[in-house]
Amino acid sequence: MRGGTAYKTFRVGALVLVVLGLLMPLIWMVAASLKTNVDIYDTSKALFFSPTVDNYKTVLEQANYVTFIINSLWVAFVSTVLSLLLGVPAAYSMSRFSMKRSALVVLMARVIPGVSLLVPWFYVFSNLRLVGGFTVLVLSHMFVSLPLVVYIMMGYFDGLPLELEESAQVDGLTPIGAFRRITLPLSTPGMATAGILAFIFSWNNFMFALVLSGAKTKTLPVAIFDFVGYAAIDWGGLMAAATVVTVPIMVIALLAQKYVVSGLTAGATKG
Amino acid sequence: MSADALPVTGTSGFSRWANTHRKWLFASPAMAFVVVLIIFPVAWTLYLSLTDAEGSVRSEKEFVGAQNYLDVLADTARFWPAVWRTVQFTGVVLIVEVVLGMAIALLLWRPFRGEKWVRVAILMPLVATPVAVGMMWRLIFDPNIGIANQVLGWFGIPEQPWLAGPNSALWTTMLIDIWQWTPMVVLILLAGLTSLSDEPQEAALIDGASGWQRFRYITLPLMKSTIIVAVLLRGIDALKTFDILYATKGKGGGSYHEVETLNVYAYGLSFDYNEYGTSSTVLILFFLIIIGSMWALTSRRKADY
Repeated sequence: MRGGTAYKTFRVGALVLVVLGLLMPLIWMVAASLKTNVDIYDTSKALFFSPTVDNYKTVLEQANYVTFIINSLWVAFVSTVLSLLLGVPAAYSMSRFSMKRSALVVLMARVIPGVSLLVPWFYVFSNLRLVGGFTVLVLSHMFVSLPLVVYIMMGYFDGLPLELEESAQVDGLTPIGAFRRITLPLSTPGMATAGILAFIFSWNNFMFALVLSGAKTKTLPVAIFDFVGYAAIDWGGLMAAATVVTVPIMVIALLAQKYVVSGLTAGATKG
Repeated sequence: MSADALPVTGTSGFSRWANTHRKWLFASPAMAFVVVLIIFPVAWTLYLSLTDAEGSVRSEKEFVGAQNYLDVLADTARFWPAVWRTVQFTGVVLIVEVVLGMAIALLLWRPFRGEKWVRVAILMPLVATPVAVGMMWRLIFDPNIGIANQVLGWFGIPEQPWLAGPNSALWTTMLIDIWQWTPMVVLILLAGLTSLSDEPQEAALIDGASGWQRFRYITLPLMKSTIIVAVLLRGIDALKTFDILYATKGKGGGSYHEVETLNVYAYGLSFDYNEYGTSSTVLILFFLIIIGSMWALTSRRKADY
């Protein structure tokens, strides 16, 4: 019905260009991570080279990246779980009781520039001797993930029919009982969406960890930034480090594609 | 439609109390978190912006009233160029990302073979760690060994300094932002397009409307609110862009401050130069700019209905 052969050809061509444009840089990064620095400088070996895993050995063994991977995983995991624990009931209340102003307060966190929070946080937490520890990192990452959870879950609860809870209450459940036994189980897809997105945002977070993490709690994005010192850049090592931080999150996104997309587009079509 | 209408049939005292007060019982932990970690720091920032704090936030500081604001607003060396770069960066990436995002969303709108793979490709830049993305593009745009200049060479275009050039650095970071975040706009707009009903399109097709006419007079007006959501979400993040800029050019937005936006400037004042009074002032002004542009967008949105 729509468009002739000319359009179809154009469409295929355009889509191929889009896919190449999006993926080629990432492929280039991974390719460079498998090259020796001599090969990276040699433009004739742009595409054909003998791969080596030496860069990964450098990154994982000498540069201590295993510790940074564990740090990143731990901070992302704890901040996600805590955000869900605080955010899901809050989103439920805000949705069911139409607490628009309270919701706005939580969502303000998305708008405020993070730097403006870092100075006071740094001051208070260094007085409490918490800077450089995990507690403060987790708290700072929750600043990003809690509003995200509230935003996604409010949309989700808004879409759940009230009748289910009401009939459960008629059958003798308390309101909290109905929330726990009816609403929560029905909300698993929403919580999966919110949880995965919170994890991704925490894993990728750079600015908070740059200021608040210490030698023992450094996360991957900060570790990559530190890789670029004053000396000449070890491009192979840098690309291996960049691959180590991006590939796991891309695999997660690939496996949970449906949830990631629905979370990123939450609220887009509400008008 | 309030759930209050239903009587609480609890048993024990605590359960009854919890059920009656569940609204605040559920909401207050999250609210308390936000108030303690956000409202208090913002108030503190506001206070610091009225003092001459520097060196250490613990050191003696004097109340200087609006002096910081007068100084910052008169600062044509760092502040106003940073404002201009922020406006340029946000304006350019928003326009390109929305136009390009709309074009790609339209290409993806109707089902086709291999759709799944295109969607995967679209998701990848979006979830990639911004710092790593910055490093990746540093290699690609390296003036000597980067592939970007080689590709230009194939088309007979002279080599560019990219991130290394005082004039080209900001434009290059815009390219990186566009690569990473156009997919976000595509996803949002595609969600909007998929929710549109087919009928107006088909009626127009029967009436003999061309593809462009159908887009201009049917799809675009119907998509207006979705486009505004996309602009709002992307706009807030684009104004606050930090990771890509700091990862590619480092402290102060490079030696000539070529990519120093307001956020990078404020970060530098706080943590590279410890000028807390000035940095708080810049942050308050920055915050006002963000709120102002959001307000301008949303109030226009309401006026349309």
